[in-house]
Amino acid sequence: MKALRKFLDKQKPYFQPGGRLEKFESTFDAFESFLFVPDTVTHSGAHIRDAIDMKRTMSFVIMGVIPTLLFGMWNVGYQHFLSFGQHPDILTNFLYGLGKVLPIIIVSYGVGLGLEFLFAQIRHHEVNEGYLVTGILIPLIVPPEIPLWELAIAIAFAVIFAKEVFGGTGMNVFNPALTARAFLFFAYPGNMSGEKVWIADKLDSFSGATPLGQALVGNFHNFPTAHDMFFGFIPGSVGETSTFLILIGALFLLITGIASWRIMLSVFAGGLIMGLIFNLWGANQYMELPAWEHMIMGGFAFGAVFMATDPVTSAQTTRGKYYYGFLIGMLAILIRVFNPAYPEGMMLAILLMNVFAPLIDHIIVQSNIKKRLKRAKIVLTQ
Amino acid sequence: MPTVFSIRKGLDIRLLGDAERTVVDLKSRLFAIKPPDFTGCFPKMLVKEGDEVKAGSPLFFDKYREEIFFTSPVSGKIASIRRGAKRILLKVIIEADGKNESLDFGAADPAKTEREVITDKLLKSGLWPAVRQRPYSIVADPKDEPKAIFVPAFDSAPLAPDFDLMVHGHGEDFQAGLDVLSRLTSGKVYLNVHDEKTKSKVFLNARNVEINRFRGAHPSGNVSVHISRLSPINKGEIVWYVYPQDILAIGRLFLTGKHDTTRLIALTGSEAKHRKYFKTRAGASITNMVKDNVEKGDLRYISGNVLTGDKIDKSGFVGFYHSQTTVIPEGNFYELFGWALPGFGKFSISRTYPSFLYPDKKYRLDTNLHGGERAYVMTGMFEKVFPFDIYPLQLIKAILVEDIDLMENLGIYEIDTEDFALCEVIDTSKTEIQKIVRNGLALMRKEMS
Repeated sequence: MKALRKFLDKQKPYFQPGGRLEKFESTFDAFESFLFVPDTVTHSGAHIRDAIDMKRTMSFVIMGVIPTLLFGMWNVGYQHFLSFGQHPDILTNFLYGLGKVLPIIIVSYGVGLGLEFLFAQIRHHEVNEGYLVTGILIPLIVPPEIPLWELAIAIAFAVIFAKEVFGGTGMNVFNPALTARAFLFFAYPGNMSGEKVWIADKLDSFSGATPLGQALVGNFHNFPTAHDMFFGFIPGSVGETSTFLILIGALFLLITGIASWRIMLSVFAGGLIMGLIFNLWGANQYMELPAWEHMIMGGFAFGAVFMATDPVTSAQTTRGKYYYGFLIGMLAILIRVFNPAYPEGMMLAILLMNVFAPLIDHIIVQSNIKKRLKRAKIVLTQ
Repeated sequence: MPTVFSIRKGLDIRLLGDAERTVVDLKSRLFAIKPPDFTGCFPKMLVKEGDEVKAGSPLFFDKYREEIFFTSPVSGKIASIRRGAKRILLKVIIEADGKNESLDFGAADPAKTEREVITDKLLKSGLWPAVRQRPYSIVADPKDEPKAIFVPAFDSAPLAPDFDLMVHGHGEDFQAGLDVLSRLTSGKVYLNVHDEKTKSKVFLNARNVEINRFRGAHPSGNVSVHISRLSPINKGEIVWYVYPQDILAIGRLFLTGKHDTTRLIALTGSEAKHRKYFKTRAGASITNMVKDNVEKGDLRYISGNVLTGDKIDKSGFVGFYHSQTTVIPEGNFYELFGWALPGFGKFSISRTYPSFLYPDKKYRLDTNLHGGERAYVMTGMFEKVFPFDIYPLQLIKAILVEDIDLMENLGIYEIDTEDFALCEVIDTSKTEIQKIVRNGLALMRKEMS
């Protein structure tokens, strides 16, 4: 450890302003602070500080998605071999999935972090850890067969136009991971929807439709069991299928206090209530689908746990979080059932509510302001 | 039975290093009055190095409010006048002669004295600066009349000194001081005690005041919290507040006519060895308090508590408003993978460190920032430790963009920098929130005057 520290101390001057490698100052700083928590001490205000920092926070989110990531890799293999009627062992399934998903992760981090480092250097900032989470979320919400060059373009678009133009992590309006997915969805719809894309290299005669795809065309006779949908033995985006493991991730995020339980709870509540409304309406077979089944289909659970809870793009006031989550849940189910072009409504529901989150906060803050002005007025009239 | 105000939002950071309840005399040769202690004060010197002074002799006054004098706590001579960058006056150091001779300001019965005579006596003696006002936390303006005066009878900050001990045996002085305060306002004087911890009869049997009980985690002892529950500040309103040890000095002034700021200063913190209460006067040097009395290593000496105190050095001086000195280790070291390891022994309000499993454990915390500064990302954290009907993050952002109207609407008049101390501690983005709020208050005061 001491040798490593000595080595870094020796290299540091080269990367500082005036040094030979000053263009890489942010990069050096990112790696140095990854290895060592800096020796900076408090110099104004509170003398002691909480041990938590952005790295800790972001690494805990990553830990929360790891179960779904590992299962997703296995499931990519499982679905592939299933389409051929084969049932190899766990390892074979996993290794096949690893071969498909790992390149996606590498492209995701390579392109995204590359841009992050570049922007940090241009702005002379420290590199923000936000992309570490975005970079792992993106592979989880794309189909396993996504062409890597398309993915690279989508990520570049998302990082630059959804995040950096607003000022970087903490300033963005849209969730960058979902922006990347939305870009893919609209720019390359052939690779993002339909029956062909959800199972890697599947046998052509095998139907690869997701439950959502089947539900949209009213095909309910081949519907997977609730058990399969809950535990995730269905085709879909890499990390979205296993509601069970997503809930374990959710539990981890809630116990550690990283994600907002208010948002998670209200997304599920909103979805359930919209589902129940449709149940009462019951105009077609899709509307009659039990409300709770919506929770275990498609990306609903994944969106509720890992996407809607993004603290930067969600509502920031405590009360606002309830409204924000509730509306996401309702809109997602509404889009699913009503819009024939979009089998899954979660992505668009969250992006739409990203736009409205500041408005929700504004209304709530205004009510606080009104209360204060009213109190002052009462005093004046006395 | 008065109502008990239960403060539900807050955080008690349990630190090692409580002071034991023993009082010893502090033999201090040097004392100092530090103008930066008085927010927004522009000092104009009245003495020069070598001048002889008595307790109560004026040292300087505020250029913009010439009636407010700042006086010497002891008799002796001016040892030095220290200035900093741009010739800002940092401290006036007095070498005590040990005689503690005081100017005589004349004893008086507050009940039978005109308000003007009372304020005049306080101003001349230099005890007036002990009376501060909200908003802005500046020395009160004698021309104003506050709608209420607040006296906090307990401190809830980490390793806080025991106010009961400070007034023990000084019931008469304290009551005289309260009588003086009650003459300064036509409103109420609120004496706010802790529901369980306050035992002293001096507080509980105080007259001429309304006693209210508070309980709950820090910041339940902060003046802003008491004000928000009892008499919230609206635009244009003014509330004053005074701490108990200063009330003792005010009481003595009226009972004896002497300027006597005798008080207890608690020595606390994990790195102080014999932690006691030291009896001395305002502005004492901590040299003899910490000499041969601290652990080895790089240390941070703080006048005040770890949340809001000022960094001083080992021969520094206790601040005018402080009754505590804290010594903790400096955190100027690198830590390999510090953010990734489990981190036993580290403190965090978040449950990403195991500290939440040991709620009663006491910590030896250092001054490391534990990370780099970032943009605000996390939300909903500050609200957990901020017991006001105010949106903290929104207010901070309003201050950062200097939106005067928004700051006012979001309630900047109701808070002080110290109320944001816990937000600053738990901030994942490691921003200097108290500094931001201080700038906001200064800007607000400038715009409003």
